[in-house]
Amino acid sequence: MTNTHHDTEVAPELADLGLTDKPDGPGAAVMLAAGIGIFVLGLFTVLSEVSEGIHTFVDAFDGDYGVGPLAGKTIMGTIAFFVSWLVLGILWKDKEVDIKRMFWIGLVLGVLGAVFMLPPVFRAFA
Amino acid sequence: MELSSRETWTVIHGLVLGTLFLLAFAGALAGLWSLRPGLITTAGIKERMTRLYYGTSAMALVAWATVITGTWVVYPWYRVALAPSGDDAFAGCAGAVIPTGTCSPRDFLKSDVSGSTAAWHDFGMEWKEHISWAAPLLATAAAFLVVYYGPRLMARPWLRTAVLVMLVGAFVAAAVGGAFGAFLNKVAPIV
Repeated sequence: MTNTHHDTEVAPELADLGLTDKPDGPGAAVMLAAGIGIFVLGLFTVLSEVSEGIHTFVDAFDGDYGVGPLAGKTIMGTIAFFVSWLVLGILWKDKEVDIKRMFWIGLVLGVLGAVFMLPPVFRAFA
Repeated sequence: MELSSRETWTVIHGLVLGTLFLLAFAGALAGLWSLRPGLITTAGIKERMTRLYYGTSAMALVAWATVITGTWVVYPWYRVALAPSGDDAFAGCAGAVIPTGTCSPRDFLKSDVSGSTAAWHDFGMEWKEHISWAAPLLATAAAFLVVYYGPRLMARPWLRTAVLVMLVGAFVAAAVGGAFGAFLNKVAPIV
């Protein structure tokens, strides 16, 4: 594989390591997946306030542990992270993807999710 | 000198895992920050990367362990409704100065029986319990990127900075959880 990222030109110290180039697809996949996971967690935090049905849905993940709706919100966020990482990772395996673009999209999603998790924000939807 | 089962779990969740997370974060931050051309030799890169692989992976694992123990072990003790009696949601908290067997920490804070404490729950706990879960997602993504790209991060400053942003994001999320956790355990300890 050709060195499309010109690593050894930027850092000559890497030349002796004999590294082969790696495509950005898998890296872009995990960056975007992290943003998706945080966004879904934030989204369910808001939706749980908006809809009684969704509140009941996320609360049902609790079992008898006493965690309440937080159980479903965090499980949905975690599933969103791992499933999107898996799907994007398979789709973008061995592919060059615009990793900067995916980073910024992931960052925007993550920030939105974090804002949704602020109590004054999600309570405004109640 | 002894700790109850609940105290032991709060120590594991907040103190032991929290300290390990901070240590791993500090090491990963320093290691990635100085992973630049001209600063280390080829031999140094190999040694540095081994530490970064273990450090970032440990940070991710510890972040998962922290939120899982916090949510599924400690949090139910915090939020259980012990105080309601009849129409009074906080009857069990009457006269309490700390949480008791009839007044859980959540009951105690929301009841305002010992000063103005409701905001500790309404803002502090509500924010902490959600935002803390961003930490393992970001730490896992950052650890994967470090392991996947390895020394190649040295030649790609933008990508290295992106990983640092994710690591710092994980730290900030954990810091919100940790700071509010410490304050909440002072105001309304789990007993």
